[in-house]
Order: sequence, then C-alpha cells, then structure tokens
Amino acid sequence: MSAVPATRRRFAIVVFPGSNCDQDCYHVARELLGCEAEYVWHRDTDLKGADVVILPGGFAYGDYLRAGALARFSPVMETVARFAADGGPVLGICNGFQVLLEAGLLPGAVRVNRGLRYVCRDVHLRVENTGTAFTRLYRPGEVVTMPIGHMEGNYTAPPETLTELEHSGEVVFRYCDPEGRVTDEANPNGATAGIAGISNREGNVVGLMPHPDRSAEPLLGNDAGRKMFESAVLALAAP
Amino acid sequence: MITEDLIADHNLSAEEYSRILEILGREPNLVELGVFSAMWSEHCSYKSSRVHLKNLPTAGPRVIQGPGENAGIVDIGDGLAVAFKMESHNHPSYIEPYQGAATGVGGILRDIFTMGARPIASLDSLRFGRLDAPRMRHLVDGVVRGIAGYGNCIGIPTVAGETTFHPAYDRNILVNVMNVGIVEKDRIFRGRAEGVGNPVIYVGSKTGRDGIHGATMASEEFAGDETRQKRPTVQVGDPFTEKLLMEACLELFRTDAVVGIQDMGAAGLTSSSFEMAGRTGSGLEIDLSKVPVREEGMTPYEILLSESQERMLLVARSDRLATVLDVFRKWELEAVEIGKVTATGRVVLFFEGRIVADLPAAPLSERAPVYDRPRTPVVPVGSRGWEGLPEPADYGAALREILASPNVAQKSWIWTQYDHMVGTNTVERPGGDAGVLRIKGTSKAIAVKSDVNPFFCACDPYRGAAIAVAEAARSIAATGARPLAVTDCLNFGNPERPEIMGQFEAAVRGLSDACRALSVPVVSGNVSFYNETDGRPILPTPTVGMVGLLEDVSRRVRMPFARAGDRIALFGETADELGASEFLRTVHGRDEGPCPGVDLEAERRLVDLLVRLAGEGRLSSAHDVSDGGLAVALAECSMISGLGAEIALESGIRPSSLLYGETTGRAVVSFPPAGEDAVRAAAGSLGVPFRVVGAVGGDRLRITVGGRPIVDEPLAALSGLWTTAFARSLESAEVL
Repeated sequence: MSAVPATRRRFAIVVFPGSNCDQDCYHVARELLGCEAEYVWHRDTDLKGADVVILPGGFAYGDYLRAGALARFSPVMETVARFAADGGPVLGICNGFQVLLEAGLLPGAVRVNRGLRYVCRDVHLRVENTGTAFTRLYRPGEVVTMPIGHMEGNYTAPPETLTELEHSGEVVFRYCDPEGRVTDEANPNGATAGIAGISNREGNVVGLMPHPDRSAEPLLGNDAGRKMFESAVLALAAP
Repeated sequence: MITEDLIADHNLSAEEYSRILEILGREPNLVELGVFSAMWSEHCSYKSSRVHLKNLPTAGPRVIQGPGENAGIVDIGDGLAVAFKMESHNHPSYIEPYQGAATGVGGILRDIFTMGARPIASLDSLRFGRLDAPRMRHLVDGVVRGIAGYGNCIGIPTVAGETTFHPAYDRNILVNVMNVGIVEKDRIFRGRAEGVGNPVIYVGSKTGRDGIHGATMASEEFAGDETRQKRPTVQVGDPFTEKLLMEACLELFRTDAVVGIQDMGAAGLTSSSFEMAGRTGSGLEIDLSKVPVREEGMTPYEILLSESQERMLLVARSDRLATVLDVFRKWELEAVEIGKVTATGRVVLFFEGRIVADLPAAPLSERAPVYDRPRTPVVPVGSRGWEGLPEPADYGAALREILASPNVAQKSWIWTQYDHMVGTNTVERPGGDAGVLRIKGTSKAIAVKSDVNPFFCACDPYRGAAIAVAEAARSIAATGARPLAVTDCLNFGNPERPEIMGQFEAAVRGLSDACRALSVPVVSGNVSFYNETDGRPILPTPTVGMVGLLEDVSRRVRMPFARAGDRIALFGETADELGASEFLRTVHGRDEGPCPGVDLEAERRLVDLLVRLAGEGRLSSAHDVSDGGLAVALAECSMISGLGAEIALESGIRPSSLLYGETTGRAVVSFPPAGEDAVRAAAGSLGVPFRVVGAVGGDRLRITVGGRPIVDEPLAALSGLWTTAFARSLESAEVL
C-alpha cells in the first residue's frame, strides 16, 4: 500500500471554454470519493500536482469546426500529453474523449451519430478490458449501465488501427444489450464494432463516449460509473 | 421629419404619438421614435395585459422577488432561493424554427443568470399544428433541434415539458421555454442603474443587424407570406458565447463589483438601458460609438434596436471597473465602458460626438400606455351532443388509439435529443409527472413542471386556466413536493379583438383564483399576443410553469408502479365528463365541450394529501390523472414499470367517461397492502375520496367495469405502441 491514503489523491479537471461537465466530475472526485480536486484552466500549463487528469464532457470551443478540434491546441494539452507519457492516468469523457482523439493521445475519430441526432439516454456497456487505470474494479465481461449524451459518438478508425486495438485489448467498452450481446440494435450511434471506449497501449489513457460522471451515485439512477474513478485512485494506491 | 407613414411603420397609434409629443414637448427624431416604438410595443410594455395582470396574487412568505424583474425568486431555505421564469419565442420560431427556438432558450437563460442564479434546468412547452400541415414536420424538427442545440451546448439540462398538437396552431406554433436557477439568497442581482458616476459596461457579443425590431414584430400578427420577409428580424444564437458569458457573469458576481445588471433581450440596448434607469429614477449617458459592432456603418438606430444575442448591460462600482474588465478578458469576451450613471432621470445617447437621443427614462419604461381594451364576455363551449354517441365496441382499441395519438404518445423522440442529465442533478428524468432536481449540498430537491390543456381553455378559458394551475400543482405534489410558486406564459391572439381580450381576461381570472386557492403566487411571467395568422387565432394557451420543494429528496415518489402485489387506489371522484377529452378528439374526431369542472378546494386537499403521504413514505407510486383519463394514467404507470395491473371499477357512469374522461382532481397511487389503512385514514382526514381499484401484477392491463371485463391488453404491445407512435407519425407525415 502507498503511504498516502487513497482519499488524499488529487484529481485535476481540465476546463476548456465550453466544458460543461467539469463541475460534475469535480463533484464525483470531491464529494463522492472524498479526494482532492482542482480545476485547471485550459491556458494553465501546471497540473497542480495532480495524480489523475480528467478531460470532462461539454462543447469545448462550442465544438466549432469539429468536436475537440480547437481544444487540442490549448496550452494545457501539452502538459496533459507529457503527464500521459510519464504514465499518469488520463480519462477523457465524451467531449474529453473527442479532445484526446484530436490530440492524438488515442487513435481514431468520431463521426456524427448515424441517426444524425443528439442522443441522451442510458446504454448498456460490456467491459472489455479490466487492465486499464480506470477499469480495474470491474469484472471482465461485466455489463454496466451508463448514460450517453452526444451528437458525435460514432467511433471509427482505419482498418489496421482497429485490428491493432482489438489485438492488443485496447477496446475498453462496447455497447451491448442487457445480456451483454454486442448487437446493432444496442448500438446507439453506429460506432464501429460497437466501440464505446478505448485506451492507449499502456492502459493509462482511457476515453469513452458514455458518462461515468452521470452514473456515480444511486440517487441519479445507478452508480456503475463510480468504479472508473475509484479504479484510478486504487491504481495509484497499489501500483 | 416624422411622417404618418413612419409612425405607422413603427407600429405606434396616433394617440400614442400624441402622448410622445406631450412627454417630450417636441417632435422626436427618428432614433427616439424607434426607442418609443420598442419600449411601447406590446411585447415590452404589456400595455394591453397590465390592467388584468395586476389582479394576480404575487406575494407570499417565500417570495423574494415578484414580477417586474428579469425573473421571480422564491426562498427554499438553507440560504438558497430558486429563480425562474418562462418566456415565449413563438413568432421567431414559426419563421425560422431552429434559431427561433434556440434563441428562446438563450434569452430565458440570461434572465436567470442575470439575477445571480446558476441555471439548473430548462422546460419546454410546445404547441404545434397537425403533423401533416404544411411545414409542420420541418417546424417540429427545427424547434426540437434548436432547443437541443442551444441547451445541450451550454450544458443546462432540459428536464420536462409538454407538446400538444391541434389545427389551431397550424400557422402559429408556440415555443414557451422556462428556466430555473439556484441563487444564494444574499447574492441576488437586479437590473438597477445606481450611483452617479458609476460606469455602464457593455459585455458579451458584438452588436449586429440581426433582430432589429424583433419586439415590434412579436407585437403584430402575420399575414400571407410574411414569414419569408421577416426572417431578418430573427436573431441568431451562439450558445458557446452564452456559456462564456454565463460563467464570466457568475464569476464576477462573486466579487463586489456589480451594482446592477440586465440582459439585452427584446429591444436590446434600448430596453436594458431604459429599464435599468427607469427602476431607480437614475439617468444614463451612453456613447453608442463605443458599442462593439459586427459590421461597419451601423447607425445609432440600428445599434439601439438590434436584438443580437448574448449581450448584457451592467453597472459596476466605479472603483471596480478593472475587476469587471479582467474577468471578461479571461473569458475572451467584449467588455467596454460605454457610459456613466447620472442623476438626471434621462437617458442621453451620444454617437460620434453628438446627441442622438435625449429621453426621460421612467415615462418610457414605467409609464407606458395602458389599455383596458374592449372585450366580449366568453361564452363557454358546451356539448354538441357527445352524450348521444354509442359506447365504443372495443374499449381496448380505443385505449390503443389514444395511446398512439400525438398528444398522448410518449415524447421520448423529443427528450432523448435534449441533454437532460448534465449537471448531475436530474433525479427524475423526463416522462414522469414532473422533473425533479436535487439541490447539491442539501437534502432537498425541487420539482418543476409546465402545464396547460389548451383544449379545455378553448372551451372555457377561466376554468382551463384554473385547471392548468391545479394540474401543475397535482403533478408536483405527485412527486411528493410542495408547490411553491408559478411563472406564466400567456399566449393569445390579437388583443385588439374583443373576443380575444375576453378570453384573456377570463384566463387571468382563472389563474388568479387557482393560484390563491393553492397558495402559489405568480412571481414572473410573459404575455404573447398577436398569435394569429390571417385572422385565425390560436387556442387560448395560458401556460403555467410551477416549482415545488421536496424537503427530503429520498422521500420522492415516482410515477411507475414499483412492486407486484401493491394495491392501486384512485384519489378523487370521476364524473361523467367527456367534453374536450382526447377520447372525443381521437376516437370520435369531435372537438367539443364542455370543459370539465374544477373544485379548487378539493384540488388543494389532494395536493396536501399527496405531499403528506410522500413525506410519511407511504406511497410506492403516484401519478396525476389528466390527458386521456384514468385508463391512460394506469397504462402509463404500467408501461414504464413493466408491471401489469388488474383493475376493477364500479359502474355508475358510462364506462367511456370512467376510463377516458378527464375529470380533474384525481390521482392514481399504489402502496403495499399493509399500508392501506394508513392511506385510507389520511385521505379520510383530508376529505379526499379514496377507492382501492386494483392491484399491481402480471404482464397485462386488465380493467373490469361492474364486473364486466372491458380492457385486457398485453403490456408489451401497449408499450411498443405508445413509445414508438410519435416517431412513426412524424415519419409518416407526408408533407415536409
């Protein structure tokens, strides 16, 4: 065990102009997990000693041009990239995932949902990889419920990238039905192979379209997402 | 030189113009005429409605801010208060649905955060025409996308609403948007210009030529093909800029820099400056040359009357100007000192070194013309003979027809396009009786609801409006929350026509009586007249927005049935009333009255009972009985939960009234069998009729009347129909 209690771990929550789930992530880290949490303005280049970095959901720069396309040029992203390269846990949720893709910290891209509409509702997810910094508290193949809320979540990548993702276990979550079957009907946005979330090769950078921050306490319907935040704290406590 | 044509172009009457001459003691110039035109438009001045609105109850122990400010505010304890208001954006949304609806959301949000509140929820109350009417599918799609586009981006959840369809809205749709925010009681800001010498600061987006005279447009009716010509008066919204503006304002409010602040909404810089000065008796000197503009060559007239979005006018302490500028610089927004507060009581406007307008503030903003317009008494619409109709051959088929009608069908097609969860406060998502939002840092929650049945109002505006209040209160109480206060959005036709004014007067009286009876003061509101095209008015639509308080969020009650074996009971009596029901419209194609009766004292007792039972933790579920009647209410509790029900009703009135009549003052509840005595006793002590009507269980909805089975439907089929019918009717509407 680490000498520092898990609750003293510090989350950095990056705030881009247009981020709108920053306070939701802060609430999970601070109020639900009892950890420390700091907002980091996109122009800052100091993560204030953070142990975990969250890129929250929202519409950074209004999603103008393309979701995440402008946010990746924010000064803070260079620091986040260095933090990730040093093995620091980085989680991108929804728009934060889109920023990670645009910044090249994760491979692939998202397109507009195949229904051409914004979709906000609960989805079922199958946990495909429990080896990442954010999923080690789940059981392999576990089916969890989390909400989505996005217009551009239709993940895809070049065939060779997809093959690589599959082969090296970098697909972290897939949309599925309540029984865990990955079907077309269970896919809310048309994502290739039902991919809802992925990680980098090392497993310290994870991005997903669903919102663990919106499913982290029973009062809001379910707390399946809470384990993603707890996994990161645990990963640090027991390296 | 002001000609008669110019006066008419500015939508001012001859009498109004002579009043202007009298106030000024001289002829106005063109800029000044434009200011009068905007300030005295129906939209800004409430000149036709004021005499009636003053009868609404607006005071109460929890009221911190009543009507007359950007939003109303009520105390919810713990040092916190709720700020809320509803507004219409009907005309712009009919012309250009996406931008019209989007800027409607943007406008109401600014009204809330202007007061220092952080917005936590939006509601939308929409009225459309027939889905196969020209442009209607485009309008439905555009309005929903517009609300989604703005609300989702700025990150304020849209948690509740209602959508109805009727041919009277074919050429005049209604888009009413409500927003609710949370504010610390001792950090409330108002639209007041005070302190001689204090700087007047323009913040937010640059001013463009969009929306010039939007307020005046909203004060006229449409004719022929005007929607095309009027498109330039519709504003264009930028939710990203509004997000920055909101965060910048909320950050600034944590300092001591701000004296007063107001959104530049309808009539833009004109209304914000004149109202801020008018409320305090101060004066303002403003240099229009300093206003940031989007394009060159804009005239003072255009700058003053532009309704470009995402702009605010604020007055700061003179020693805190730098603080204001710093905060807005951080958020990369314009912030420019454009003037000073004076003690003259006049608003003096400069442009390129010369005075372009010099007007007294208060007469424009506080002493606009007031009309007691002629009105003809309303003759309530009665029955046209529905009593003689044969009973349905198949009650199950009638239920299916009603569940699939656009008015009753589940509207998940709409709300799944809205982010209804951002902010992580949404405890009760769309589709229940009311949206429920927890208040972080407390054990409390608020319940929010918008309501009106325009079909009732068309038959009897007095009762229809009273029922809107009662139904909103019932829906809120069904969640366990105590109704606190009301905002209203009164949508009517042309007030210059006596029959419309008659409807309006009756509806306001209905609201008044119901709000008094239920102790829910009206703290903010909006009037939208001239909702008619080519002389055909909409149905009178007084939308009611209500906020309620749940002291303990863990005691909230949900709408779906919770457990097989629970008893199901009906509170309230069912009368033989089919008038204005969805059953008559859908199954028989008949649009007739009478509007159901309403007993406001009984409604009050029912509200008290629901709140009390929830507080005692006695209920497994509760649902208000309204559109589609008892059978639809039961079906909804079953379909959402996936739990069937066995229902046995007593005869006495015709079964169709029993099943599908929309008698007011009723709710369906369920509870464990062991709790029946306690529920019965509570109902008895409050004088609310109580009858156990069945039990939860199985996978069918079975209803018998007087022992005779008349509905026996598999739940899965009903649910499949109800959840998909709306999307299917949109797709099958042939005319784009």
